[in-house]
Amino acid sequence: MAELSSSGTAPLAPAPASLRLIWRRLRRNWLSAAALAVIVLMAFAATLAVWVAPYEPDATDADAALQAPVLHHLLGTDIYGRDLLSRIVYAGQVDLAVAFGATALALLIGCSIGVVAGLYRGVIDLVIMRCVDSVMAFPAFILAMAITAALGNSVGNVLIAIAITQIPNYLRLIRGEIFRIREMEYADAARVVGNPAWRIMFIHLLPNALPPIIVQATLAMGYALLTMASLSFIGLGIQPPQSEWGSMTAEGAQYIVTGEWWLFLFPGVAIVLMVLSFNLIGDSLRDFLDPRMRGVR
Amino acid sequence: MAFLAYFLRRLSLVIPTLVGVTIITFTLTYVLPGNPAVVKAGPLVSPEMVKELEKQMGLDQPFWVQYGRYVSGVLHGDLGESASTGRPVLKDFKQRLPATLELTLASLLIALVLGIPLGVQSAVHRDTAIDHIGRIVGVAGVAMPTFWTGLLALYVFFYLLGVAPPPLGRIGPGIEPPHAITGLYVVDSLLTGNWKALGSALHQLMLPSLTLGLSVMAPIARMVRSTMLEILESDYVKAAWAAGIPRRRVIYGDALANAMIPVITILGIVFGFLMAGNAVVESVFAWPGIGNYAITSLMTKDSGPIQSFVLFVALLYVIVNFIIDILYGLIDPRIRLE
Amino acid sequence: MSAVIEVRDVSVRFATDFGEVEAVDGASFEVREGEILGLVGESGSGKSVTATAILRLIRRPGRLTGGSIVLGGRDLARLGEDELQKVRGTEITMVSQTPRTALNPLITVGEQVARLFVLHAGLSKADARKRAIEMLAMVGIPEPERRARQYAHQFSGGMCQRVMIAMALATSPRLLIADEPTTGLDVSTAARILDLLRDLGHRTGASILLITHDLGVVATTCHRVAVMHAGQMVEVAPVRALFAHPAHPYTRALVRSIPRIDCEVAMEPIPGAVPSLLNIAPGCRYAGRCPWVEERCRQIKPGMTEIAPDHLVACYAVEDGRARVV
Repeated sequence: MAELSSSGTAPLAPAPASLRLIWRRLRRNWLSAAALAVIVLMAFAATLAVWVAPYEPDATDADAALQAPVLHHLLGTDIYGRDLLSRIVYAGQVDLAVAFGATALALLIGCSIGVVAGLYRGVIDLVIMRCVDSVMAFPAFILAMAITAALGNSVGNVLIAIAITQIPNYLRLIRGEIFRIREMEYADAARVVGNPAWRIMFIHLLPNALPPIIVQATLAMGYALLTMASLSFIGLGIQPPQSEWGSMTAEGAQYIVTGEWWLFLFPGVAIVLMVLSFNLIGDSLRDFLDPRMRGVR
Repeated sequence: MAFLAYFLRRLSLVIPTLVGVTIITFTLTYVLPGNPAVVKAGPLVSPEMVKELEKQMGLDQPFWVQYGRYVSGVLHGDLGESASTGRPVLKDFKQRLPATLELTLASLLIALVLGIPLGVQSAVHRDTAIDHIGRIVGVAGVAMPTFWTGLLALYVFFYLLGVAPPPLGRIGPGIEPPHAITGLYVVDSLLTGNWKALGSALHQLMLPSLTLGLSVMAPIARMVRSTMLEILESDYVKAAWAAGIPRRRVIYGDALANAMIPVITILGIVFGFLMAGNAVVESVFAWPGIGNYAITSLMTKDSGPIQSFVLFVALLYVIVNFIIDILYGLIDPRIRLE
Repeated sequence: MSAVIEVRDVSVRFATDFGEVEAVDGASFEVREGEILGLVGESGSGKSVTATAILRLIRRPGRLTGGSIVLGGRDLARLGEDELQKVRGTEITMVSQTPRTALNPLITVGEQVARLFVLHAGLSKADARKRAIEMLAMVGIPEPERRARQYAHQFSGGMCQRVMIAMALATSPRLLIADEPTTGLDVSTAARILDLLRDLGHRTGASILLITHDLGVVATTCHRVAVMHAGQMVEVAPVRALFAHPAHPYTRALVRSIPRIDCEVAMEPIPGAVPSLLNIAPGCRYAGRCPWVEERCRQIKPGMTEIAPDHLVACYAVEDGRARVV
């Protein structure tokens, strides 16, 4: 087999691709399309919650308390008769905003410091990298927990905490890319022609570093959502009456022993769906943008 | 000698990291959250008394002096006091550590026992049903929040099927814990032949360890699969086939032994997941470990236990990763002898 | 001389995303008692696949689609996996083209040789270790006792190949398949490895199937040669006859392409390239590159004809005498 594939002289004839291959590509794209649809749908629903949600998130209805899913309460109601679907849609605002904000913040700070470390090298790089090592010496969730606890219990602090745990990813990526470009011959060649160093850097850095950063950021959205939900599940960040998927799950947990399953189940389903979608898109983006990584996962 | 050099090189990387970790935890503990003296003194105290307290607590001294005192305290096992229990944090820790250890080890065992064969089978039977199952488990395992998986397990196995006990700790109500030797109930009851305690301890351990184990199984299975795929295509595995070495021995001997090297390197990451998951799973199942202790302290805004927990986890994480690095060097003769 | 192994009409197909590929199309040859048969061809000609097929180690997406491989009265093409496992490593062994990576990096070299004795000869661990050290000494590894305790990464490429040969000969096989055993070795090491193979083959009575793309190696090492082109066997002949009177147009081109020091014939590259094996025509696969091609070449594959004692060629032009054998 190795023999066959190594014979570079055998061109891949434009033969009718087998059904299997077509199916494989279709399935892959179908999955990504579905994932994208889930994200777009959720983002729209959360943004337009005022118009989309069937009920006010805080509208109580004593007659419909602890209602199992029915037609006019698709996902059921809680002990105050609040509509679970509406609450999940509204909660999506907080979840998506924090995940997006944390990812953007981490990306911005991580890339900036990464460029500094890569360009200045020497002592500055050394100090920065020791800091990165120290941050990475904590399991991400534990560090986020500690930072939130120290800064104080608020949504903004959760955002900052999640961002801090993700900064090293971008920082190392950019720094590595700069180091790689420095080694390359075309950078030398460009220098000979008289291009200033920073210009060479940015001309080559962007196209090379952008694809892995986009992939990283997509996957990071999933992580950020999980961290956010876990933090508020253990009581950090979200203050009632504001609600979020993790804190809703925590509230719902109390009703397991009495069998009101929808209260913990559906907020969790929202988290799983969103994280799954971001991961799937991240994976196919990786396949698409970064052929080197193909088949690794 | 070559190994000694490797050991020392790794060690020299660990020390700055440890310093960095303690600076971070110190900063989080003493510098950021308001004024500890105010917190300690309570709201009804005059500014003069706060000043006095600050002096007593050494808060008027420069950052580095305070940091030095903090580190020497940590080195002497002084982790401060818990405001809510009024006991030294270290004492509370020691009492709760075996519970965490038991849960962590059980989960790791489950993850390895299920994850490695799943990864191997997915690689050997690539693109077949078992490979697809493995992929679904992998994708889902990463996307499902641990607390939710735990609740789902509780709902199904406790509420619906009634095969799991209520989530109330490490041993059933009314059952005497086994005589403490290691502190791990399962091990201790085995050692003392206390079958009643063993049954109850295993029963209680079942859901939390499965929840946590399944959540970290995904990265293990994924790593085993991808390295096995690579190794099954390697020249020495092909040579082993051609030499008539039996199939099972090639796969589980030659190939898997080599696949374990990269798998060991991700055990460090897996351990991080375990520690993070621990805190959440312990709180779901009311498991009396240090994670639960830290989370309970969060509710009461008792910062001592929280920050000590974070420090403890980070130190453990660094040490575990260091041990893994060393283990890696011991297993791979290319490092051990080069 | 009787045949140790008889390969008849062996075909191997691979399923690819772009269609079926017939990597080996009806290859036939035999390896005789005590001889070294060279199997030559360009890369991609199906030599290695043929060797893999003999061991029945073709794996998905490839499969053996026809033919017989008769060894000692049994047809390997029809044996079950359990019986095949007993044949591999005992009656047929293999030396691969990548000695450095063909040894397991985590097991000591001695242990890798010794376990073959335990597995195939049922020796005790201690006896196996003793025999392993003897084998290492036999293939010319200095200080075999010390070296046996070392790992592959502590061996040079040539030394690794000696170990592979020791492993291949440990069980006194009837057939040793050496797949490009000198690839990646420097010239003098390669020469010594070939000498060792020839010498040990002679001493142990093992027949050798030597796969190579190097006609120079064939000339110095082999008794007979089988030439493959794009998965088809085109010519089988004794070494002298092949070099003196190459018959098939492809073989002629190959022989002419050898750079020579002793005479002034310029090296001629073979026109065209190995054809794509996808959607290939049913006939002779050299048709697209052949100066004597005619219509039927593209339709029906020519069979093997004996044009001189022991000299077989698959070519209509040679059969008809249009291309006179020089």
